[in-house]
Amino acid sequence: MSEPVLFFLDDREVTAEPGESLWDVAQREGTEIPHLCHSPEPGYRPDGNCRACMVEVEGERVLAAACVRQPEAGMRVSTDSPRVEQARRTIFQLLVADMPGLDQAHRLDTPFAHWCGELGVSTSPFLVRKLPKPDRSHPAVAWFPDACIQCQICVRACREVQHNDVIGMAYRGGSTQVVFDLDDVLAESTCVACGECVQACPTGALMESARVNRMGNALSPAKKKVASICPYCGVGCQIDFLVNDERIVAVEGRDGPSNQNRLCVKGRFGFDYIHHPQRLTRPLIRRDDAPKAGTCTVDPADPSSHFREASWEEALEVAAKGFRKIRERDSGEALAGFGSAKGSNEEAYLVQKLVRTGFGTNNVDHCTRLCHASSVAALFEGIGSGAVTAPFTTCAESDVIIVTGSNTSANHPVAATFLKQAAARGATLIVIDPRGVDLVAYAEHRLLFQPGSDVALLNAMLHVIIEEDLYDHDFVEHRTEGFEELARHIRPYRPEAMAPVCGIEAETIRRVARIYAGAKAAVIFWGMGISQHVHGTDNVRCLIALATICGQIGRPGTGLHPLRGQNNVQGASDAGLIPMFLPDYQSVEDAGKRARYEKAWGVKLPEKRGLTVVEIIDAAFDGSIKGLYVMGENPAMSDPNLGHAREGLARLEHLVVQDLFLTETAFHADVVLPAAAWPEKEGTVTNTNRQVQMGRSAVAPPGEVRQDWWIIQELARRLGLDWNYQGPAEVYREMSGLMVSLDHISWERLQAEGSVTYPCSSDDEPGQEVVFGDRFPTASGRARLVPADIIPPDELPDERYPMILITGRLLEHWHTGAMTRRSRALDAIEPEAAVSLSPGDLGSLRLTAGASVRVKTRRGYIDLMARADPRVPVGTLFIPFCFFEAAANLLTNPALDPYGKIPEYKFCAARVEGSI
Amino acid sequence: MARARGKQRRLHTRGRSIEPTALKDVRELLGDAPLQRDLLIEYLHRIQDHYHQLSRPYLVVLAAEMRIPMAEIYEVASFYAHFHIDRKDPSLPILRVCTSLPCMLAGANELLGRLRGQFSGRAQVLPASCMGRCDCAPVAAVDAHYIGDASPQLVAAALDNGVDEPVPTATRYAAYVAGKGYQLLQSCHKGERSLADILKELEASGLRGLGGAGFPAARKWRTVAAKPGPRYMVINADEGEPGTFKDRDYLARDPHWVLEGALLAAWAVGADKVYIYLRDEYPELHHLLAEELPAVIEASLAPAGGVEVRRGAGAYICGEESAMLESIEGKRGLPRHRPPFVAERGLFGRPTLVHNVETLYWLREILEQGAKRFASQGLNGASGLRAWSVSGRVRKPGVKRAPAGISARQLIDDYAGGMAEGHTFHAFLPGGASGGILPARLADLPLDFGSLDEYGCFVGSGALIVLSDQDNLSIVTRNLMGFFAHESCGQCTPCRVGTEKAAELLRTPVENEGLLTELAEVMTDASICGLGQAAPNPVRSLYRFFRDDLK
Ligand SMILES: Cc1cc2nc3c(=O)[nH]c(=O)nc-3n(C[C@H](O)[C@H](O)[C@H](O)COP(=O)(O)O)c2cc1C
Ligand code: SF4
Ligand code: SF4
Ligand code: SF4
Ligand code: FES
Repeated sequence: MSEPVLFFLDDREVTAEPGESLWDVAQREGTEIPHLCHSPEPGYRPDGNCRACMVEVEGERVLAAACVRQPEAGMRVSTDSPRVEQARRTIFQLLVADMPGLDQAHRLDTPFAHWCGELGVSTSPFLVRKLPKPDRSHPAVAWFPDACIQCQICVRACREVQHNDVIGMAYRGGSTQVVFDLDDVLAESTCVACGECVQACPTGALMESARVNRMGNALSPAKKKVASICPYCGVGCQIDFLVNDERIVAVEGRDGPSNQNRLCVKGRFGFDYIHHPQRLTRPLIRRDDAPKAGTCTVDPADPSSHFREASWEEALEVAAKGFRKIRERDSGEALAGFGSAKGSNEEAYLVQKLVRTGFGTNNVDHCTRLCHASSVAALFEGIGSGAVTAPFTTCAESDVIIVTGSNTSANHPVAATFLKQAAARGATLIVIDPRGVDLVAYAEHRLLFQPGSDVALLNAMLHVIIEEDLYDHDFVEHRTEGFEELARHIRPYRPEAMAPVCGIEAETIRRVARIYAGAKAAVIFWGMGISQHVHGTDNVRCLIALATICGQIGRPGTGLHPLRGQNNVQGASDAGLIPMFLPDYQSVEDAGKRARYEKAWGVKLPEKRGLTVVEIIDAAFDGSIKGLYVMGENPAMSDPNLGHAREGLARLEHLVVQDLFLTETAFHADVVLPAAAWPEKEGTVTNTNRQVQMGRSAVAPPGEVRQDWWIIQELARRLGLDWNYQGPAEVYREMSGLMVSLDHISWERLQAEGSVTYPCSSDDEPGQEVVFGDRFPTASGRARLVPADIIPPDELPDERYPMILITGRLLEHWHTGAMTRRSRALDAIEPEAAVSLSPGDLGSLRLTAGASVRVKTRRGYIDLMARADPRVPVGTLFIPFCFFEAAANLLTNPALDPYGKIPEYKFCAARVEGSI
Repeated sequence: MARARGKQRRLHTRGRSIEPTALKDVRELLGDAPLQRDLLIEYLHRIQDHYHQLSRPYLVVLAAEMRIPMAEIYEVASFYAHFHIDRKDPSLPILRVCTSLPCMLAGANELLGRLRGQFSGRAQVLPASCMGRCDCAPVAAVDAHYIGDASPQLVAAALDNGVDEPVPTATRYAAYVAGKGYQLLQSCHKGERSLADILKELEASGLRGLGGAGFPAARKWRTVAAKPGPRYMVINADEGEPGTFKDRDYLARDPHWVLEGALLAAWAVGADKVYIYLRDEYPELHHLLAEELPAVIEASLAPAGGVEVRRGAGAYICGEESAMLESIEGKRGLPRHRPPFVAERGLFGRPTLVHNVETLYWLREILEQGAKRFASQGLNGASGLRAWSVSGRVRKPGVKRAPAGISARQLIDDYAGGMAEGHTFHAFLPGGASGGILPARLADLPLDFGSLDEYGCFVGSGALIVLSDQDNLSIVTRNLMGFFAHESCGQCTPCRVGTEKAAELLRTPVENEGLLTELAEVMTDASICGLGQAAPNPVRSLYRFFRDDLK
């Protein structure tokens, strides 16, 4: 049907747009037809099985399900004839018969209960079936089959919306039943607890276990909903906090541009850390009798061994005085500050402004350094901008998708659902990764290459594309520079020559290169598997070359998309929380650019680019940095070679840490300032798609906890700055006045719309999702092609350390685990540090899964459990860095990429020692 | 935050992982060819045939090798009655006893009880739905070996010594060709007979679908042919309606009549491929077709790979055409919504011509002898002949080739040797389990499409089940409802829940008349497919004609 159709709905003539069902039209016309198995939310196909939505079509023998029936011209449809009403009533009675009674309901505010109320069905004349038993095995999701009406929404949620493929509808007839995998217990299934099914279930059969008591009875429903953003990753899912008496009781997904109601386990179940008993509620000052040491540990539940409580006045004064003293004695260059990609844009802006104007140095950085600094360096060099060229949702229009160095389903779970959806639709997904990441299940081509051999593989692809003349001549001629040199450089990189280096057959390399070059629209996604190498910048240079010589950039469905890690790493970088750039990437070394900010801020700005994260810690170790302000970061867990980093922190004369909990970094602090958590604050964040989004406060902070902007401002005042912001709105107004990238994106607009993409060309237009359609923001307007040579990883395996250690994240835990390890459900799902290795390696080490092992590198060792993981290649170890008990970064190699200054987290030589 | 009590350690990756031995076994069994999603049911058969069960480690491997979710495999494996996941003792044979109406009349429930008592240590004893051998009720099966007129003695013998396979009596390819077989098809292929001519003839014959719905064949052909290709042709040989066994009879005697009809229809609508969906209960026909099809291909009557037999797995609903297509695609047999009709969007989303075995059988006769002659064989205004499956309380049950429009009484008296010894004619089911029940006094009505509408009944697949004074209609009705409850696909509420609730309510039909009547209306009005829509027919008949039997 491609034309609008005229038909009659309850005797009124109405028009159906192409693709609309009877249900859709009725809904639009103000008649809500009962529905259980149908959800009008994006991504849900109507299934027409519950038969709650029956309508009568004149002249037809039986009734029709409105949700799956397309209108036809002249059709006469009744939504309330006696036959229709009888059918609906009986259908609800049939279902009510088998439902737990109101006093035993698992959830009260369900769509099912709503429609029972509307139809006046509270009891049933039918006999009850034998009620099946619940499954409470899973920490986050409860399964109550007695409330299940077999509507199959959860199957669609799991399979067609999130593509997690866990839920099935098994058996048949009256025995039809929801199953997980092979009818397995939920906790032992492949369930990733995204909770999409919970959100979709119309009856409370699938529930957040935190919303029922031990007996399975409903706790009181939420009283208010607050729209905000998930704080856990760069996807930036929009959420609703469900609040009851100053407690968040649940989280639901909202229809944001990057998530369309979807969430992952962290976003949905990881909110309760803010209510954890270890929350800091009063400022702390280090006790005089508590000496510092790199090995110092403090019990976060009872800091009194090392700290005493203090008033805000005293704590702020001690904090500021320490900085003042160093600034006056040694100059601002002896000071440094870390902001956080977990904070808002406003907070990032304030921290960099504090360090630049209050400390008088550009020594300000944040964890972007540790995730995508190399990507940003290469992107700036190549195409003049560090942000993505298109949102990840552009993959809906791609016919070829490359994902490399990214365990997307663990680290950007909701982005992964869009990739899988595209693959399920028919796009060719190519996964290039040493690990058999979960996404490979959807990939047509899987290139599991030798860790660290990215450049060899990518250069070989470039070789094929250039030698076989598959590149886009027009694009190369008009939009790039440096092609000749690249072509010359690439000549020796024949796939046959590179195959032994990267472990991928030449024929496969050729095939994949041809597919990419020949695609109508191809997009490349990458993660930290690309960036966290000494050759991270080179890796990205290769990706840029691929996209530009093939003309796969600047159009819908094409582009380069580094999946940004933390929720606001894009925004924090944009706001200038990096040592070489003022807000909007204005070089600190450019006097003209500086002048603009000097005028706005009324101070002279330092001219020298500052030190980066790892350099600052090194300088602390060496004694040249003496004072450090850390807002919401945890370098004592996230830096490489932690033994050294922690020692550096301990050697600081003055360390001020501002955080929610007594983090491993705070163990070494002089002053600890308790700050508000994300659900307690208001502010904007910018996700990986360049979407600026509004976060809102759902609950009040506990105890004497203060907002970060207030704390930063109080410190600034005590450092002699006369700041007088009334709140985040005012900060945002100042920064958006200075940053061209935020043009037409006002605070008020964000309040109203929730999300706007930058760049944006007018107040009433959505932002520009795909950029660089006609020119690149480089000096020449062209993309610069930069050839890359093979640089081996810094530390290769040898006889003593024969294995390769890769570090990274887990689906359930975020960054250093400070928040997620304090979330009941998340920590229950992944409670224990483990090193993953292939079953083959386990066997040759004579270990069984679950054995305690010691993993050693040249820098240290940790003891942890061995986990069997067939996705890990032989000879390789994978350890997540979120477990303080076995901190992976005690092992990692601090060797840096020369351009991005990012450490080589993804490769070092290690050894496993047997059971201890 | 040290590991709290009650938290689970994760020694492995999430969910089940592949066991190397299972991987080896499955690969050996399925071979090297790339696995096809639509062949899932075939793969499950192969595994079960070999290991006498589907054990979960094998399903894990199959999911990984096919790259589909484990849950998707489990859905399919658990849907079909002939698949057994993780049996307690896979070494035991499976002994099934048909308990559908004709077998129930012949004492199947008592037989089941006795077999359970006698053989539970030697076999896994299960009740089962109609096995398509109602002329020799009661029927039992030891694995894939069927036993007619089953008794504990025969079952014991079968368990001890195996079963003598019936000697096939089919007209084989050579004999068929000798009898001018496939000449009609060849004349079409050669252009000697035109499509228009064939369609005209078909139309004039009044041939209607004999699978049950009675849709005019010519209309369906025109619809399919008018849609852009590729198109498919599917032979519905799932014959599951209790009391129906004529398709088995046709295929066992004259498989090439059916095949020629199918190839002709495929040619007429321009279908690229013919699928034969043959129920698993007919293993002898699977063998027969496997022997006969190569000759057809060799003779270039169909392209290589142009005819594919698919094996059902024990699900009545897969006779419903859209459910059948789902099953051929390797999925659960869930009927699809209409519109679109399968003629427009069918197998793999393409226009598909579906025909019952018998419908195809008559094509050669119609096109060789002429429509007029065929049509004139009917009685009382009906067209042509039909194969009536007669079962129940008659002296000589069996497939009776007789005019359409004949009456039940004539069928019983003139074809089935009259009522069985000691039984008085009391009632009859004109169309298997779905077609409702009529009292003996209405036995002179002509049996044809539409002729029983005013009595709330239909002839459907032409399965006449005869009841006597010794049969209680309440019990009969509950048996039928139990059949529907067991065979409901479980997709839609009125049928999934309605059939179960109705079967319960039928224990006390007097008290529940109001509620059952209301439920019956809603099941008919709101169920997705014919199963749920027809399931309450016997209930309505019970209240309308058999109030004396209610008790
Ligand atoms: C529940 C149900 C079961 C059916 N079972 C069969 C069957 O076993 N065999 C069959 O040929 N048709 C069966 N049908 C009818 C088919 O849906 C379809 O109408 C038929 O195969 C079309 O072929 P025909 O036009 O040649 O009859 C069934 C229909 C329903 C609703
Ligand atoms: S669990 Fe909920 S969503 Fe899933 S089938 Fe049951 S009622 Fe529907
Ligand atoms: S995908 Fe990222 S933003 Fe979305 S819910 Fe998960 S952690 Fe939060
Ligand atoms: S009527 Fe019964 S068999 Fe048909 S779709 Fe509904 S549940 Fe399935
Ligand atoms: S809402 Fe239409 S059938 Fe369920």
